[in-house]
Amino acid sequence: MLIRMASKSTPKSSEITPKDAYLNRRKFIASTGLIAGSAALGIRSGPVSAAEELPGVNPALSSIINGYSKLGDDDPLTPYADVTSYNNFYEFGTAKGDPVENAGPFNPKPWEITVDGMCVNPGTLGLEDFLKPHDLEERIYRLRCVEAWSMVVPWVGISLADVVKRFEPNGSAKYVKFETIVRPEEMVGQRSRRILPWPYVEGLRLDEAMNPLAILAVGLYGEELPNQNGAPIRLMTPWKYGFKAIKSIVKITFTNKKPRNTWNVMAANEYGFYANVNPNVDHPRWSQARERRIGDFLRRETLMFNGYEEEVGELYAGMNLRKEY
Amino acid sequence: MSDTTENVGATEPRSKIKRVSWQKPAIFCLCLVPLAWLIVWAVAGDLGANPIEAITRYLGDWALRFILIALAVTPIRVLTGWTAVGRFRRMLGLFAFFYLLLHLSSYVGLDQFFYWSGIWQDIVKRIYITLGVAAAVLLALLAATSTDKMVNRLGGKRWRELHRLVYLAAVLGVIHFFMMLKADYTEPTIYAVVLAGLFGVRVYKKWV
Repeated sequence: MLIRMASKSTPKSSEITPKDAYLNRRKFIASTGLIAGSAALGIRSGPVSAAEELPGVNPALSSIINGYSKLGDDDPLTPYADVTSYNNFYEFGTAKGDPVENAGPFNPKPWEITVDGMCVNPGTLGLEDFLKPHDLEERIYRLRCVEAWSMVVPWVGISLADVVKRFEPNGSAKYVKFETIVRPEEMVGQRSRRILPWPYVEGLRLDEAMNPLAILAVGLYGEELPNQNGAPIRLMTPWKYGFKAIKSIVKITFTNKKPRNTWNVMAANEYGFYANVNPNVDHPRWSQARERRIGDFLRRETLMFNGYEEEVGELYAGMNLRKEY
Repeated sequence: MSDTTENVGATEPRSKIKRVSWQKPAIFCLCLVPLAWLIVWAVAGDLGANPIEAITRYLGDWALRFILIALAVTPIRVLTGWTAVGRFRRMLGLFAFFYLLLHLSSYVGLDQFFYWSGIWQDIVKRIYITLGVAAAVLLALLAATSTDKMVNRLGGKRWRELHRLVYLAAVLGVIHFFMMLKADYTEPTIYAVVLAGLFGVRVYKKWV
C-alpha cells in the first residue's frame, strides 16, 4: 500500500484554493469602489496599514506604528466586508448578521472608561485621554471563534500591558475585569435578558493581561472600529477564543477575585475562564480540532493557542488545560 | 386518532383517485421554492461571509418546517373539513425528507467535506448531532415505505403504526435545534409550540 505523507513544505490543498478566492474577493471589493473613494479624497495620512487601501467606511486612524506584523501566506487578511458583517455581538442580536444590521443607532462618541479596583491611579477618562499616552500599533492577528470559524484581522490598538502599568495595580491585584457598556436604547439585544445577563463581563489573569500580545483595539484595517466590531474600544487576546475579546469596554477593574465571565456564567461546562484556543479539548457540542477560515472551503487544523504558543505557552506551564479550559 | 381520519391516502392507492388536477403540480413547485431561493442567493453571492454555515442552517430550517407542514395536514382536515388536503400529505412528507437529506448532505459534503472520522466523532459524542441523524434515519425509513406498494405489503394498520414515527422525528428535530443554540431560544420555541399545537389537535380529536 502506498501511503503519501504530506511533507511540511508541500502546500495542503486547503491552502491553495483560499488564496485565489481571497485574491478574487479583494478584486471584487476593490471593484465595488468602496475603497477607491477614500484614497481619492486623500484621507489617508500615511498610516502603515496592512490594508493596501483603506476601506473608507470609518474615519482613518493616524500615526499607526507597526507592531506584530504579517502572518505567513497561509493567513491572508480576511476581507473587510467579512470582518465587519459576520460578528458575534449579542448586544445587537444573536445572528451573525445582526450586529451590522442593528448597530447603526449605537453612538460611541463621546466615550468614557472607568478604571477602578486595586490600583494606584483609578479614575474615569474620556477615550482620547485614555489613549493619549499610548502608541497606536497595527497588529495582524488570527481570530479563532469558539464556534470553530476563524479570520485574520489587521487590528489597530494599544498595548494592554502599557495600560495596566499606567494605572499601577497594587500587590493584591491578581485579575483584570472588563465590562461592556449597557445601553439597551441603542443595543436591541440588551432589551432582552433571555439572551445574556448584561453587562457582558470578561477577565484576564494579570500576567495574561501583561503579555505583549494582548491589546485594546480601537480600529481595524487602518480605520476606527465599526460599531459591530466593538467600537470604540475592545480587548483582543489572539490566543484565546473570540468571546474573551470583550467589546465596547466602559470599565476596567483590578481585583483579587477571579471574575466570572459571562459565558462561563451561562454554561460553565462549555465555556471556561481561560478559553485558550486548544485543538485537543473539544467544546461539548463540537470539535475544536479543526476550524473554517472565513473564505475557505476546507477546514484547517486548529493550532495550539491559535498559533501563539511560543508567545503565551509559558503562562500556562504546569496547568491542566483539560480542566482549566 | 381514529382510523377514518388517518386513512386517507394510505388505504386508497392514488391510482384509484385519478383526479386530474393542477393542485398537486402547483404544490410540488411551491415546495421547491425554498431550494430555488437558496440557489439564487448562492449564485448571487448573497450567502454572507460563511456560506456553508448559511446553506446548512437554511436547509435544516426548511427540513423542520416541512415536517411540521406535513404534520399539519391532519389537523387542517380535522379543523376545516377540507378532506382533499390529505392527498398532499405524502408529497409534503417526502419534501421534508428531501430537505433533511440536503441538510445532512450539506453537513457531510460541505461543512465536513467527507471527513468521516470527524463526522463519526460528531455522531457519537455530540447529542444534538446524534438526534439529528436519528431523525434523518427515521425519515429515510418512512420515505422508503411511502409507496403504494409498501402500504399494501405492510398492510394499512402496520403501515400507519410505522409512520407514526414521524412524530418522533419531529420531536428530535426540535430538540436538535434547541441543543445547537447558545442563547436565545425564541426560534426553536416557536417550532416547539407549533408542534405541540399539531399534537394537541390530534389528541383533542381522539378524545372528543
